[in-house]
Amino acid sequence: MYQYDTYDQALVDARVADFRDQTRRRLDGSMSEEQFRPLRLMNGLYLQLHAYMLRVAVPYGTLSSAQMRMLGDIADKYDRGYGHFTTRQNIQYNWIKLDEAPDILADLATVEMHAIQTSGNCIRNTTSDQYAGAAADELVDPRPYAELIRQWSTFHPEFNFLPRKFKIAVIAADTDRAAMRLHDIGVQIVRNAAGELGCAFYVGGGMGRTPMIAPLINGFVPLDQFITYFEACLRVYNRYGRRDNKYKARIKILVHEIGKEAYTSQVEAEFAHLLTQNIEPPIAELERIKAHFADPAFEVGVPDQVDRSDPDFALWVDNNCVTHKQAGYIAATISLKPIGGIPGDASSDQIRLMADLAKEYAFDELRVTHAQNIVLPHVKKADLYALWQKLDAAGLGTANLDQIGDIIACPGLDYCSLANARSIPVAQKISERFAAKAEEIGELKLKISGCINACGHHHAGHIGILGVDRKGVENYQLLLGGSEGADTSLGTITGPGFDEDGVVDAIEKATEVYLAHKQGEERFLDTYRRVGMAPFKEAIYAPKTTQNGEPAHG
Amino acid sequence: MVETQYRFRSDEPVGDPAVTVDSFGEQTNASAVRIEPGDDARDLLPFLSRIKLVEVNFPGFGDGRGYSAARILREAGYDGELRAVGDVLVDQLSNMRRCGFDSFAPEREINAADAEAALARYAEVYQPTTDGRLPIWAKRHAGK
Ligand code: SF4
Repeated sequence: MYQYDTYDQALVDARVADFRDQTRRRLDGSMSEEQFRPLRLMNGLYLQLHAYMLRVAVPYGTLSSAQMRMLGDIADKYDRGYGHFTTRQNIQYNWIKLDEAPDILADLATVEMHAIQTSGNCIRNTTSDQYAGAAADELVDPRPYAELIRQWSTFHPEFNFLPRKFKIAVIAADTDRAAMRLHDIGVQIVRNAAGELGCAFYVGGGMGRTPMIAPLINGFVPLDQFITYFEACLRVYNRYGRRDNKYKARIKILVHEIGKEAYTSQVEAEFAHLLTQNIEPPIAELERIKAHFADPAFEVGVPDQVDRSDPDFALWVDNNCVTHKQAGYIAATISLKPIGGIPGDASSDQIRLMADLAKEYAFDELRVTHAQNIVLPHVKKADLYALWQKLDAAGLGTANLDQIGDIIACPGLDYCSLANARSIPVAQKISERFAAKAEEIGELKLKISGCINACGHHHAGHIGILGVDRKGVENYQLLLGGSEGADTSLGTITGPGFDEDGVVDAIEKATEVYLAHKQGEERFLDTYRRVGMAPFKEAIYAPKTTQNGEPAHG
Repeated sequence: MVETQYRFRSDEPVGDPAVTVDSFGEQTNASAVRIEPGDDARDLLPFLSRIKLVEVNFPGFGDGRGYSAARILREAGYDGELRAVGDVLVDQLSNMRRCGFDSFAPEREINAADAEAALARYAEVYQPTTDGRLPIWAKRHAGK
């Protein structure tokens, strides 16, 4: 994986000094909260309901074991012994003191980490495929491209005060595991007819209150021009994105309002101009970065079989592990969704254990997934059983990847000052209610957001839950049929909302409809797409009947 | 008028009042112009030879359009004074310098020591702009 040289390190160290100075000026009163706010936000420090929250960047979700161990130590030293992995492949700490924040950044800098641009109206952490470098179906490893984007976007002088935040995802496989088209810019590395690699640019996707799937605006930008193309996309957005209404300020609204063609022609004109400015890093720089992502020293001729005699282990292998490009290896997902747990939370001990196991079994590498789990990308199949036993003993062996218990949930009203409703307790209830039936229900991606900002990606869930405020009472809307990936679609609201228990009951009815209508190997989503909303709606809103056949009141 | 607090040029400052972008084309004797966030800096490109001062107004520091305006002018070869005015704060000075601003007239005076520290803090940059600083990638591959 990528390692800093003295230049990268100098920048991160300077950032620590910068933020220490800004914090000092805030604490001694020479800077107002209003002036401090955008600065701390650009460094990932939010003021939440009860305390400060610090979001630490995990570029394209890749971590070394030393970095992971530091994340565990920070949880102990500055927080309450927990970290929360997010849908942006980052980690958040929820109980931070302002005066200690510079010290946390200094600790992070010792392991080549930072919190630069993890919030604010700037270019955020670039995300990628959690199986990058391991996936059997990838064209190339997308991470070198993401790293070059990280460097280009770090402290870019022109783009610190965009109309709104800006999120980029990069993939290099046809199976999209990063929800690429639900980003401000999604890039897929592709090969053209001449056999050359390039970037397909999708611009203007996003969730939030107006979810949109990004259209393709350029199917092939050569690798020696793609940073320039990014710059053109961003400049057009910075100049013309709406600033009058923060809910209409994302690039998706600009692309939608002026139209894909008009946006594209403006970008192409700016691109033609910027090509004359020589701002593109040389291909040698991309090659330098690529060398950091060379395959680890895989052993050849190792057994390609897994001993499945322990049924619990066999279930975990089936549910949580995916095919590796290298025979004899597998990519294993550690679920951070134990039954009844808080999605994405891990204790400091668990974080350190995962770090140790990565060192022992996975060439020193871990990945954070956008579904808030952890991946050990390169595990020898012969080691898999030993690994699983250690995970299981630490409460990290849950075999529920992509099942109904593998819930994505935003922090919601327990932490977030924007929330309308709590997300975490709903997730916990669902996790408990369906634990026994999860295997029978199979793949079902369930996502919960505590408000319309959609941090929990509820639009993209096979089942989505959106917390709303109804006359001061928490209420939950239910959506069906969303998906991210190659077949991206947005969910449809079933109808009137529910209270907390009501929404769990409604989901139970939806799963019953699925199981009753399921044909062959269909997943929940497939059945929904075939039979449509009607049977689900009918079951979910069927009046409860009492003994004498009268609908119940209330 | 707010006073210019920092100026990184040695030529004589222009005394003329800055006119709006809209009227600049007609006022053929004007040499100073003021860009508001909604103006298109490219409207000025036909007149670059007679412009000596461009003020770019930041009514609020959170509106970043002025950074693009500045770069567009510098990329087109404008070499007169480029002044940031309005809600210009110490933490923006360094990025503004990189985008081509070479004078600053902040609404609220900036503490001199803080400004000096902020301008000196980042010795290395990843992106080339027209400010002449070599980006990190150029240093990495120098002489290869
Ligand atoms: S979706 Fe709303 S409640 Fe949830 S984290 Fe985002 S802003 Fe907060």
